[in-house]
Amino acid sequence: MSIWRYANPVEFMALSGRVLPPLAVLTVLCLGLGLGWGFFATPDDSRMGATARILYIHVPSAFVAINCWLMMLAASLIWLVRRHHVSAVAARAAAPIGATMTVVAILTGAFWGQPTWGTYWAWDPRLTSFAVLFAFYLGYIALAGAVEDPEKNADLTSVLCMVGSVFALMSRYAVLFWNQGLHQGASLSLDAEENVADVFWYPLVVSIAGFVLLFVTLLLIRTRTGIRTRRIGALMQRLG
Amino acid sequence: MPDLGKHAFVVLGAYVSALAILAGLVLVTWAEARAAKRRLARLEEQMKDKTDG
Repeated sequence: MSIWRYANPVEFMALSGRVLPPLAVLTVLCLGLGLGWGFFATPDDSRMGATARILYIHVPSAFVAINCWLMMLAASLIWLVRRHHVSAVAARAAAPIGATMTVVAILTGAFWGQPTWGTYWAWDPRLTSFAVLFAFYLGYIALAGAVEDPEKNADLTSVLCMVGSVFALMSRYAVLFWNQGLHQGASLSLDAEENVADVFWYPLVVSIAGFVLLFVTLLLIRTRTGIRTRRIGALMQRLG
Repeated sequence: MPDLGKHAFVVLGAYVSALAILAGLVLVTWAEARAAKRRLARLEEQMKDKTDG
């Protein structure tokens, strides 16, 4: 069985319709557990005090904001190479989710920055690259809404997505590229010694899982809406 | 409720604003999905009537 069968809208709608209810329940459970655990049951950090609790929203939203663009890149490449319409619809459906997650990451970072750095905003490499990433999300959404022809729309947004991927990667690695600025390094790493302490790490991982599940759930719903909207357009033409 | 001390404003501000934005996204997504589903059902009904009649 090939995964490409789900590039067929009928197959995709059938599978996503079956998957969505349990996925939504799992998302609520995971988000509730991660955020509840992080907010109510973790101690204050020795340096940052109670503000360390912002970690459980800030890091997951930033993680999804960056990886959403990379998912859009993968879907765009599938469109450009294989011309599967579902992948083009999925890339377009993901953009508002990524833009929202970017806003959440910037906003929670601003709340965290005030007591930690003494300012809500600074033109730090990571903060600036996130602002640029947000601008790319807005540009992508505007372009996707401006071109009526679906194929041309998908071609243009796919090219924009490839260009924006440079900034998505830059958002992730800005601290390493410039090695300066206010923002600290990554809170999570494959190297256990670089991670935050276990008492913060476990609820953080659950919270990240919750945000990823929220992204997938919303993506499936929005992709289904996109497929239905295309079908509506086709029927409208036939009905005159 | 944990004692957030002098950081209560920034911690609660971050949580409340983030959860409000995410709830807005969920609501908009749900409303758009519902509207598209209803509109498609109506159009498919019209299409069926046209081909039948």
